[in-house]
This record gives sequence, structure tokens and C-alpha cells, in this order.
Amino acid sequence: MPVLEVNDLHAEFRLDTGTVRAVNGVSFSVEPGQTLAVVGESGSGKTATALSILRLHPTPPCVYTGGEIVAGGRDLLTLPEREMRQVRGNEIAMIFQDPMTSLNPVKTVGAQIVESLRRHRSLPRGEARARAVEALREVGIAHPEARAGQYPHQLSGGMRQRVMIAMALACRPKLLIADEPTTALDVTVQAQIMELMADLQDRFGMAIVLITHDLGVVAQVADKVLVMYAGRPVEAAGADDLFERPRMPYTRALLESMPRPDVPGGAVLDPIRGAPPNLLDLPSGCAFHPRCGFARPECASTVPALEEKAPGHAAACVLTDDDLPGTSEGRRVSGT
Amino acid sequence: MSGDLTARSGGLTLPRIGDRALWSFVGRRIGHAVLVLFCVATVSFFLVRISGDPVRQMLPPDATAAQETALRAQLGLDQPLLGQYVSYMTGLLHLDLGQSLFFHRPAFDVIAERLPATVTLAAGALVVVLVVAIPAGVVSALRRGTATDTTVMAAVLVGQSAPAFFVGILLILVFAVNLQMLPASGMGGIENLVLPAVTLGLYSIAMVARLLRSSLVDVLGEDYIRTARAKGLTGWRIVTAHGLRNASLPVVTVVGLEIGNLLGGAILTEQVFAWPGVGRLTVEAVTYRDYPLMQATVMFLATVFVVVNLLVDLSYAALDPRVRLS
Ligand SMILES: Nc1ncnc2c1ncn2[C@@H]1O[C@H](COP(=O)(O)OP(=O)(O)OP(=O)(O)O)[C@@H](O)[C@H]1O
Ligand code: SF4
Ligand SMILES: [Mg+2]
Repeated sequence: MPVLEVNDLHAEFRLDTGTVRAVNGVSFSVEPGQTLAVVGESGSGKTATALSILRLHPTPPCVYTGGEIVAGGRDLLTLPEREMRQVRGNEIAMIFQDPMTSLNPVKTVGAQIVESLRRHRSLPRGEARARAVEALREVGIAHPEARAGQYPHQLSGGMRQRVMIAMALACRPKLLIADEPTTALDVTVQAQIMELMADLQDRFGMAIVLITHDLGVVAQVADKVLVMYAGRPVEAAGADDLFERPRMPYTRALLESMPRPDVPGGAVLDPIRGAPPNLLDLPSGCAFHPRCGFARPECASTVPALEEKAPGHAAACVLTDDDLPGTSEGRRVSGT
Repeated sequence: MSGDLTARSGGLTLPRIGDRALWSFVGRRIGHAVLVLFCVATVSFFLVRISGDPVRQMLPPDATAAQETALRAQLGLDQPLLGQYVSYMTGLLHLDLGQSLFFHRPAFDVIAERLPATVTLAAGALVVVLVVAIPAGVVSALRRGTATDTTVMAAVLVGQSAPAFFVGILLILVFAVNLQMLPASGMGGIENLVLPAVTLGLYSIAMVARLLRSSLVDVLGEDYIRTARAKGLTGWRIVTAHGLRNASLPVVTVVGLEIGNLLGGAILTEQVFAWPGVGRLTVEAVTYRDYPLMQATVMFLATVFVVVNLLVDLSYAALDPRVRLS
């Protein structure tokens, strides 16, 4: 049974300037121990999707307009707020992009972990403290007793993200949502954090929804990939499958725009031409059509549905396999 | 550094003895405060002496030369300027603010006698300010953009725009004259304090409430609030433990300033309610051209502001580890 199953989720922001459909018919599922990567350009609705799962959007302006989010046999979208709070941080935890701003500057990191433990485990104070120190040890922080008494500003960026991970995993959630957990960090630290998450996943067996820009990371850690464009899911497949045979021109363009390890400086070869669309004023039909090198006349009028093109591989595109050749040799990223 | 986990997770982290960084911070602040007082004393000393001859201003126009010489000698103004300055500053070190001409007693004693009344009034007003401003600010912030928000903020603004003598007289008419619930003037029990404290506090409520509101609105939009929600905390705990603690930082500064104002700026309120505090004393000193007493009240006000600032800095250090541990 999947840890999380999202079906046709819709969430929109009703602003003075118009309605932003940031999550537009998103569906996916994650099995225990699995890693699902969500990729897409900036503004494609990745964070909006992640926050919707825990219903963390400010309402207003956000309205959840449809679909279901099934976890633990119930629909989180209709769960009373009170019960939803039991899910947050307990069954499903989340870490964010910027560990500098995601921790409260005036509370010690230990106290912030204790808070989570006491909320969900109703441990006595002393025991919660011991567990918090233990949680810091688990994420590879040296001298966890001393670190627990420090404030966020006394820690480095990488260490703060470790603290966030420790806090998120303290209650042993079944699912960890990580929204670009390494984007704000130094390159060397990025690798360490990804390694840590993989390691902890092995130990605790939680599922991970990993939002990232970094397709190299996707290739390394993801079991499945969901590609989003302008609020819609446009391709969903197993990671190896996706890298080997993208079935939608946008995904293909994303792969081709990856920095290549074999080129000095990791130069971007083919950046996707044009800019991501404005969600307040979406192009008709397939939202990608103004930028698509394979676009046909009908692309501007009908929105292609996300359909299975091959077993376990869905794409939202009018093209068939014959129309869209695989990525050129040498641009494939090995899925190991 | 390791003791902080023992502090309650939601509560204040109190300064601990042995925290080296904290004590050096306190030391620096106190040094700073002394320096400021020294400067105020120096400037006020010379200002009084270059802004005209105090002796001529104090004496009636028909005073004789002998009277003038006598007064000059009595005030020590016949001494060389530097000598005067040195003896004035040495006097200050011994809390000697000079002799009040009107009361024929040390100015320090005269002020000290009035101080309890002023402090009582300021404390009462501060309670009024906090009791109204904190809930008003929090409610407005949580209901921002709604009719509740607008109404609350408009209400506190009315309090700020009404002049103290008008509010004071209105309150006296309603509660003392018509309803006969509370006394109209003088000092005594708590019932005497209510009307002047409300009158004095009313002005400062708006400032504190509006600042708290905007500060809390900002804080509630911070990433760590989202983290707190993602942990499954209740709204109450998020606002109190994560929101207010951070939102109070800028508010502390303004509350400090307001305390200074309450202590030093109660002149009108003290007049209206015949409250025997330092505010009225200041008026008396000016009325009677009591130079040493005026200078003493200036030093008193300066001391109030310096001490309050020191307390503000210290509470900052208690509230914000980034200040304390920098
Ligand atoms: N609270 C909000 N109010 C209004 N609009 C919002 C809000 N949150 C997100 N949006 C809009 O929803 C759209 C999707 O944003 P989202 O943050 O999900 O993008 P993203 O894919 O995470 O991009 P990035 O890679 O830059 O993080 C954007 O157009 C954004 O402006
Ligand atoms: S539907 Fe048309 S425009 Fe959209 S990706 Fe496919 S070919 Fe391109
Ligand atoms: Mg995002």
C-alpha cells in the first residue's frame, strides 16, 4: 500500500490579479522506502504541490479545489484541522530549501526538536531532551549534547539542514517531503546532505518526495520521477525509464539542458529556449507549445491528457514514440 | 553553552552567571550609559551658562548690585568657569545636584521626594498600555485585513490623537463627577491611580499596538513559522512560542522609549490630576526660575532615559541570542 497517494489534486491561489492554478490535476503515489523526485522549472508548482500535501498554504489566498490526498487510509484534504496537526511532523514531515530561515533564531536547536517530540510523543521533558540529542547524533552532528544548546546562527548552513532533518525525522515519519533541501548549500555540502538522506532512508525506511532542480541528483537517488510544467504533471515514469526515453519534449529539453559532467565547468549545453509561462496567463492548449520544437497545430488548442505511453510511463503530449526520438547518445545520465 | 536545553523550550532564556559573552555585553552597555550621562551633564552645564546670565534672569529687574553679587556667590557663579565645572561634576558623583533656590533644600532630595508618585503613575500607565496594546496588536495581526483589524487599529489611534488634558477632564467628568466612582485628583490608594494612569497610558497604546501588529504580521510570514506548522504545532503555540517571542524584539525598544516618556512626560496629566510627581516639579522649577532645580530635572530625565535604554538593551540580550552571543 502506498504511503501517499495523490489523485487529481487541484489547488489555486485567488489573487487580486487573477487565479493562479499552481497545482492542476497532479497525481502520484509513493511506496514505503521509495524516493519520488519532482522536477520542473521555477514556478512550475513543485513547492505548491508539496505544501498542499500537508495543507500548509495560507488560506486565503489558497483554495484546495479538488482531488484527494490519501495517507494512512484517509483523505488528508477533508481531515479536520485538529487531526491534520497529528499528521504533520508525525506521519509526514517536511524540510525546506533554506535552513537559514527555516529554524527559529531565538530558540536553541535542541528545544526546537524537543518541541516536535513532545507534541507527538508526549514524552517527559528529560526523555524528550535525550531523544533530541540522539536525533542530532543520527544526522551526523558531532558533540550533539553541546550542539543541542546552541542557536541556529551558531551553526553552519549544512549543519542547520542536518538539524532540520533531525527535527523532521525525530518522530519517525513514514514520509519525508524535502523541498530543494540542498539548493541553498555549498556544492560539497550538498553531496553530504543527499548522502545523509539516503543513509537515513535505508535505516528508517521512510519514503521521500524530493523536489529538486538537480537532475544529476534525481539520477542518483530517485526511483520515480514526476515532471511538472506550469502547475500540471506532464510526465511520470520510473527514473531509469525517464532518463533513457523521455516521452515529452519538455522533459527531453530538461535533460538536454543538464550540466554535463564530461564538459569542463559543467557547461549547460542546450538551455530550454523561452521563459516559463506566467500562470496568470497560460498559453492555450499544451502550455509548453510556444517553446516546443515539436509543436503541431493541435497543440495550441487541446490540452493533452497525461496518458500511459508505455507500461509505468505516462506523458501529456500528442506525440507518439515514433514522433519523438530518444535523447541523443552521450547525453543520457546513467541511473546508478 | 550546554545549559540551554534546560531552559523551558517555550520560555525565556535567562542570562546565566558565568556567561562570559553576556557579562562583557552588560559591561559595555553600562560603560556606554555612564558616558552618555557625562555628556549630558557637561552639555547642560555649559548650555545654562551660555544661554544668558542665570543670576540676572533670576533676580527681579530692580535688584541691587549687592544682591546680585550675593546671589552670584551663593550659586558659585563668581568662580572661574572651569572651577565651577569641576565642582559641579564632583558634586554629581556624590549625587549632589545643587541647592534648590525655591525649596531651600538639595535638589536631589526634592526630586527623590516626588519620584515615588511619578514611578507609581508611570507603572500604572504602563500596565494600561500593555494590557490593551498586546491583545490589540495580536488580534489585529491574526485578523489582518479584516474589519476587526481596522476597527481595533482605529480605536487605538483615537486614544493617541486625543490630548491628555481633554481625555483627563473627560474621564474626571464621567467617572468622578457623574458616576462618582473614582476620585478626581490627588494621590492615595489604587482608586486614585486609575484615571491618571488611563489618561497617561492612552497615548502610548497606539504606538505599541501598531508596532506589535506589524511586527507580528512580518514574523508570521517567516519560514520558521511554516516549519512550526509543519511540525504539527497548534496555532496558539505557534503564535505564543514562535510568533510573539520574535515579534517582541522591535516592540521592546519602543516600550522602553514609552517608559521614558511615561516617567518624564507626565507633565500635563500630573497637572490635570494634581498628581505630586516630577512632572509638576519641572513646571514649578521653571515657574520659579529655580535654576539648580531645572538642571537637576534635566539630569533626572537623562538618567531615566539612559537607565531605560540600558534595560532595553539587556532585555534584548535576554530575548535574542544573536545579540547576546555575537
Ligand atoms: N502563497 C502564494 N500566494 C500566491 N501565489 C503563490 C503562492 N505560493 C505559490 N504561488 C504561485 O504558484 C506558482 C507555483 O509556485 P511554486 O512555488 O510551487 O513553484 P516551484 O515549482 O516550487 O518553483 P521554484 O523552483 O522556484 O521553487 C507560482 O506562480 C507562484 O507565484
Ligand atoms: S503536446 Fe505539443 S506542444 Fe506540448 S509537448 Fe507535446 S508536442 Fe510539444
Ligand atoms: Mg519551490
